[in-house]
Amino acid sequence: MYVHDEFDRAFLADRVADFRDQVARRLSGALTEEEFKPLRLMNGVYLQLHAYMLRICIPYGTLSSDQMRALGHVARRYDRGYGHFTTRQNIQFNWIRLDELPDAMADLAAAGLHGIQTSGNCIRNTTTDQWAGATPEEIEDPRLYAEIIRQWSTLHPEFTFLPRKFKIAITAAKHDRAAIRVHDIGLRLHRRDGETGFEVIVGGGLGRTPFIGKTIRDFLPKADLLSYLEAILRVYNSGGRRDNIYKARIKIQVHEVGTEEFSRRVEAEWAEIRDGALRLDDAAFAAIADRFQTPDFAPLADRPADLTDALADPAFARWHANAVAVHKAPGHAIVTLSLKPVGKPPGDATADQMDAIADLADRFAYGEIRVAHEQNLTFPHVRQKDLPELWRELDALGLATPNVGLISDIIACPGLDYCALANTRSIPLAQRLSERFADPARIADIGRMHINISGCINACGHHHVGHIGILGVEKKDQEFYQITLGGKANHKARLGELLGPAVGEDEVVEVVERIVDTYLALRAGPAESFIAVVQRLGVEPFKERAYAAG
Amino acid sequence: MTSPLQQKLKITGPTAITANRLSDGVVVWLTPSHGWSTDIADAAIATTSDVAMTLLSVANGDEIHAVGAYPARVVVVNGRAAPVNLRERIRVGGPTIAFEARA
Repeated sequence: MYVHDEFDRAFLADRVADFRDQVARRLSGALTEEEFKPLRLMNGVYLQLHAYMLRICIPYGTLSSDQMRALGHVARRYDRGYGHFTTRQNIQFNWIRLDELPDAMADLAAAGLHGIQTSGNCIRNTTTDQWAGATPEEIEDPRLYAEIIRQWSTLHPEFTFLPRKFKIAITAAKHDRAAIRVHDIGLRLHRRDGETGFEVIVGGGLGRTPFIGKTIRDFLPKADLLSYLEAILRVYNSGGRRDNIYKARIKIQVHEVGTEEFSRRVEAEWAEIRDGALRLDDAAFAAIADRFQTPDFAPLADRPADLTDALADPAFARWHANAVAVHKAPGHAIVTLSLKPVGKPPGDATADQMDAIADLADRFAYGEIRVAHEQNLTFPHVRQKDLPELWRELDALGLATPNVGLISDIIACPGLDYCALANTRSIPLAQRLSERFADPARIADIGRMHINISGCINACGHHHVGHIGILGVEKKDQEFYQITLGGKANHKARLGELLGPAVGEDEVVEVVERIVDTYLALRAGPAESFIAVVQRLGVEPFKERAYAAG
Repeated sequence: MTSPLQQKLKITGPTAITANRLSDGVVVWLTPSHGWSTDIADAAIATTSDVAMTLLSVANGDEIHAVGAYPARVVVVNGRAAPVNLRERIRVGGPTIAFEARA
């Protein structure tokens, strides 16, 4: 965990005081809505269909147990008793009153939480691998660099009013769990000739015009991270389009000028600033690293008797095979808490669950919790001997559904049930799909499968990169859904291919079932995943059967 | 170029003006007395573009109570407005997801 310093605490207190004054002036009429709107957006406050929504930043998806309790308190005191974890590792509350927002923000600030960099045309919360600092796959903990980016970007005077919002993601593992290739900037830590640096990828993104990002530099020394980011942002800020909101993201600029020319502009800008104040030296890295508290992992043996004995229980064994991953420290494990119980809204957690998760984190996980962009939670550091007891506790809370990475582990945006931008609902469809695919043995047989649902073209549900992507479109007041196949968000990211005409809201579950049946019939064996079959055969065989009974 | 204030508002049937209440974001409807109600049945109903334009102008002038005003198609049942499309049905009735489902 990164421990905030006095500057952070004073800054947040000042920000809450400012916002309290701004809200009072808006309520009194001293500020117009036009004047107030950018101020509230800078603090993560949106106006949605039925109420104000407060989106809270969770830097690089890392939460302490005390911060989770603060979220539970806000859910209970100021909202309707639940919150929704998002695809950018944040959380949002859907029912906050404007006149209570300053108090809610003060309570959050006391726990080091806020809504800054969750809205507006600024550099948003940098996201990363939810297994950071725990997985043996990574070459370094990427959160160090995410924190450096946070400190550089939060109050950056040059980049507060960019052409559009700007999202950065970073990974240090071979398997990309941060979807870096569909971000404005993706950073991949890797080693070359014994030195650690970054592959820099720009111009990825989803929305109405999706692109996979392009690599503009294979290797950037760590010392140059901020100056190179600054150069990219300057090229974008000066050349990105402000005349058309739909063409304002960096992906459009990169596409229009070409990767080579964009790269040339960045390199030219960088040459001017690379040896300036933004150059990072060892002391700068050490100062940030010193504020990260990392657990002192006890020397433990892998697969202790408590664990191997418990594996005799089929239910525990199923969960263990699904939700537990290898940790870098012997005798430890990474545990995913599924926020996708059958029939429930994906990514939601109640205030009581948040409190209980915080308590479990203290008992079993060194007080640390992560948010995954798939809208699940993670305990990054759990002693293997504690896994059976942790499972029993999670199961009692409805947080041990063994569906992580499987067909009912659905990403879904809030959709028309909450969102002012949405055209169609997402959550009820996700609920019905999870009910259809509720049998643990069946979904384990289907294997790895990501269904991503967006309620509009803005693609907050990442439908373009779902193995099965579902996009809601409204036609004459009726909900229809376009289906794409073959997308993926990992290190081999690709966009899904349209299956065919949109289908009615009442047909989607049946069409997905036929797609799954087609996969099961066509796969070479259980080892050939759904995505592998789509890549091998294309969408045509699926199209023929998906629409055959329609 | 025509100013937005001078642009004609085209309506295709009975229309009410809706917004969100400033203090808490609750969905509200402009009433015939130019106040706001949380009940769509209390909404003033415009059947001509001119009336709808006048009501929208009234709504936009009352930012102290409500924000984001816009015209919404409605159906008229026994002289009272009711929502006609899914978006407005959800705004009137709330999310289609049962709250108890989260327990």
